[in-house]
Amino acid sequence: MSNPVGTAGAVTKKRRELDRAVVRFAGDSGDGMQVTGEQFTIETAWAGSDLATLPNFPAEIRAPAGTLFGVSSYQLQFGSQRVYTPGDRLDCLVVMNPAALKVHLGDLKPGGLLVVNTEAFEKRNLDKAGYSANPLDDPSLAERYRLHKVDMTGLTMQALQDLQLNAKEKGRCKNFFALGLVSWIYTRPLEPTLQSIKKRFAKNPVFIEANTRALKAGHAFGETAEIFSEHYSIEAAEMPPGVYRAMTGNRALAWGILAAGARSGLTVVYGAYPITPASEILHEISLHKRFRVRTIQAEDEIAAVGAIIGAAFGGTIGVAATSGPGIALKSEGIALAVMAELPIVVFNIQRGGPSTGLPTKTEQGDLLQALYGRNSECPVVVLAPRTPGDCFFVAYEAIRMALKYMVPVLVLSDGYLANGSEPWLIPDVNALPEIPVSFRTEKEGYFPYLRDPTTLARPWARPGTPGLEHRIGGLEKEHITGNVNYEAANHELMTKLRAEKVRRVAQEIPATMVNGPTPGDLLVVGWGGTYGAITAAVEDAQREGKSVASVHLRYLNPLPPDLGQILKQYRRVLVPEINLGQLVRVLRAEYLVDAVGFNQVRGQPLSTQDIHDAIDQVLEELQ
Amino acid sequence: MTTGTEAPKYTKKDFESDQDVRWCPGCGDYAILSAIQKTMPDLGVPRENIVFISGIGCSSRFPYYMNTYGFHTIHGRAPAIATGLRIARPDLKVFVVTGDGDGLSIGGNHLLHVLRRNVNVTILLFNNKVYGLTKGQYSPTTEFGKVGKSTPFGSPDRPVSPCLFALASGATFVARTVDRNVAHIEEVVRRAALHRGAAFVEILQNCNIYNDLAWNVLYDRESKIMHELRLQQGKPLIFGPMDDRRGLALDGVKPKVVRVKEVPAEKLWVHDETDPGAALALAGLQSPQFPTPIGVLAATEAPVYEEILLQQEQKAIADRGVGDIEHLLRSGDTWRID
Repeated sequence: MSNPVGTAGAVTKKRRELDRAVVRFAGDSGDGMQVTGEQFTIETAWAGSDLATLPNFPAEIRAPAGTLFGVSSYQLQFGSQRVYTPGDRLDCLVVMNPAALKVHLGDLKPGGLLVVNTEAFEKRNLDKAGYSANPLDDPSLAERYRLHKVDMTGLTMQALQDLQLNAKEKGRCKNFFALGLVSWIYTRPLEPTLQSIKKRFAKNPVFIEANTRALKAGHAFGETAEIFSEHYSIEAAEMPPGVYRAMTGNRALAWGILAAGARSGLTVVYGAYPITPASEILHEISLHKRFRVRTIQAEDEIAAVGAIIGAAFGGTIGVAATSGPGIALKSEGIALAVMAELPIVVFNIQRGGPSTGLPTKTEQGDLLQALYGRNSECPVVVLAPRTPGDCFFVAYEAIRMALKYMVPVLVLSDGYLANGSEPWLIPDVNALPEIPVSFRTEKEGYFPYLRDPTTLARPWARPGTPGLEHRIGGLEKEHITGNVNYEAANHELMTKLRAEKVRRVAQEIPATMVNGPTPGDLLVVGWGGTYGAITAAVEDAQREGKSVASVHLRYLNPLPPDLGQILKQYRRVLVPEINLGQLVRVLRAEYLVDAVGFNQVRGQPLSTQDIHDAIDQVLEELQ
Repeated sequence: MTTGTEAPKYTKKDFESDQDVRWCPGCGDYAILSAIQKTMPDLGVPRENIVFISGIGCSSRFPYYMNTYGFHTIHGRAPAIATGLRIARPDLKVFVVTGDGDGLSIGGNHLLHVLRRNVNVTILLFNNKVYGLTKGQYSPTTEFGKVGKSTPFGSPDRPVSPCLFALASGATFVARTVDRNVAHIEEVVRRAALHRGAAFVEILQNCNIYNDLAWNVLYDRESKIMHELRLQQGKPLIFGPMDDRRGLALDGVKPKVVRVKEVPAEKLWVHDETDPGAALALAGLQSPQFPTPIGVLAATEAPVYEEILLQQEQKAIADRGVGDIEHLLRSGDTWRID
């Protein structure tokens, strides 16, 4: 799209065309790796590449500098073809200190590009990383990788020599030097970063100058230094036309909530207790009071769900997001909303567990909890987004379902989707489905538990409506009248009605998309954030001529009505998940299919290669 | 606080629901229910704008018997649910009905925060010093050493004072009343309901099944004379027999009981409900050394939580207009692919 800002008079170096590249920036938590990665992402998006990102940072806010557990990284894959994942093995690794080298070197492909900030490789940092000798002095490193030792800190200091900043402040600009260098290596435009530096440091002109110089110095270094003999370009990807933006999962969720609020005409009440990795949704929504979204930072997870139940009783949309132990604390409240048949939506940004677990790492361990993890028969609708941008549509759909069926909806996002980003084609809001809302006002014949014949939803009679004064609660209700009732037959009827109501959501589910041949040897079934890795692996296998297809579920309760028929068209079903086998159990139980799992629980997204290997293994067994 | 709609002329009957009341015969809750139904017409609020929210326990059955909107929720969480309702619908008059177990044990945290935030709700805590619905275990207000179902060798817990808890949580209105004094309940609840912000009323209530006559010193005609201290704004704190009145005085910051005729009038402690420090001292008076204060302990003013939220929203809209989702989606860095 735009040409890179280069320095004039430089030697022209060989530029090689690539289809795709996987780059990771890694350094200490204080080295600004997240900002560097985000900026590189924006540059890459500007250049028209498709991309997917994977930020990875420690749970500690200020982890001790130089330590292995204080390492923070940001990975992205970009390419001229459709990019489904942040990539498995790295083409290029940029490390800012010894700890980052130690943690990440294993992921670099043999012969991959290794760019190292040499300044940080001094005794103290080497000790902290557990190196007895400087690994850069080991000749085998340069034999296995294309090693580039660059004194980024020193070169940055030099570029900023005459600026009125102290040494520490100057040193801090080294991440922009690294960004400039990698931008040159992959021919990414600097403009978006230059603009963003101006915005970020608007109050501090000297920092604008410092970071701009560091960025350009890094870029110029790549162009002029003797050590880089070539650099790369990647053609713009073929993407559907339109206006794009970078979108993270958590922002997409927040905006989906705003869109559903605006479209339904209802006030949204968002209740939250701060918890990683869901807090950004609260931060984002809090910014947008103009959308009549009211946020409450509650005293605990229980109060947060309580507040949104109160809000739903009052005739508004109640929404909450949480994670890990937070969802456990919300179970009681969700069950009340099931009994009271009130529309709330609870987002679970799944993280590694159990208990506090791995707060900043991803997992898919909460599916069975979402489906069954409450006392008694307590059905809710369960949805899962598949990409960061998809979080927008799923949030919108979840609210639409909750309002239409007067039922709680749980949405299973995850840490990978929450923080990951992708280029997002901005949708036409008016093309989204309508969210009609009607409140009961007619006194004649009103009972709190009357039911709509199609959806089984009970009427929503808001307080403030004359003549409809009524009482509801967590005790079992009598069919129609809503009076407290303990009779055996009534309880069984109501239990079945609550289940049937959720089942009827199936009438909303569009025909399941099958990616690949029907029938075939193998169907790979996934849900949630593994979409990219599964799709990439399945398409790779298809290119190898294998009879493999995939289905990715958005609706987990109820399941798509056509799923059973689809499963039967394949000799084997493989279910990759970041847990010990949850969806696979559901599919086996629901459809009596001999589905097998591919499972990892490492706090990291599944890799395309691992899924591909699992596909090959299953196909081999079929031979 | 509530909509400008003119409320019709109601009577007590208008607030009685069609449900059979199912508390034990002789329960103090009957008198409280009747007093509150009687108070409702005085509030000037249309019936459809009134909501009663409760948690779990005997007291929490209350909403079923009020012909208003009602929500019988989950154990201890009523303050949180009421907070959400007020945020969503600041036009409604919201009551929370709770008990000593519901409000101070499982729901202690929520009670603390609804008071601290000064959410505009009226909280009625029925204190019978026992768990009734679960059949007689000791509660957080039960006296130390009490023998009960779960404490055959005596309760090892020290009790909490609901009014002290409320004041320490920053409640802007704190009062205490007794189930046997219907006129007093009406008077206190009326004031509480009209208070701007979180109003907390402890209603001493008899559980004739599991903790009968727990408040007997305040019921018995004789003992009441020495144990009930009626609070009246601007009046000295006096109690005791008419021929030998006792009063409270402060020795430094330490309360002491004096004989009225033995001290100069200006030495007597004069009740000032606008002074939260004095209210704390009053709420801290321990029976039987001191009488039990009945009436409004504190009535102060503070910003109301949901009003601030609304002001922020209105200001954001006044400054930059109602949010436009199309515009938001296209804000920041975007690029076009043709």
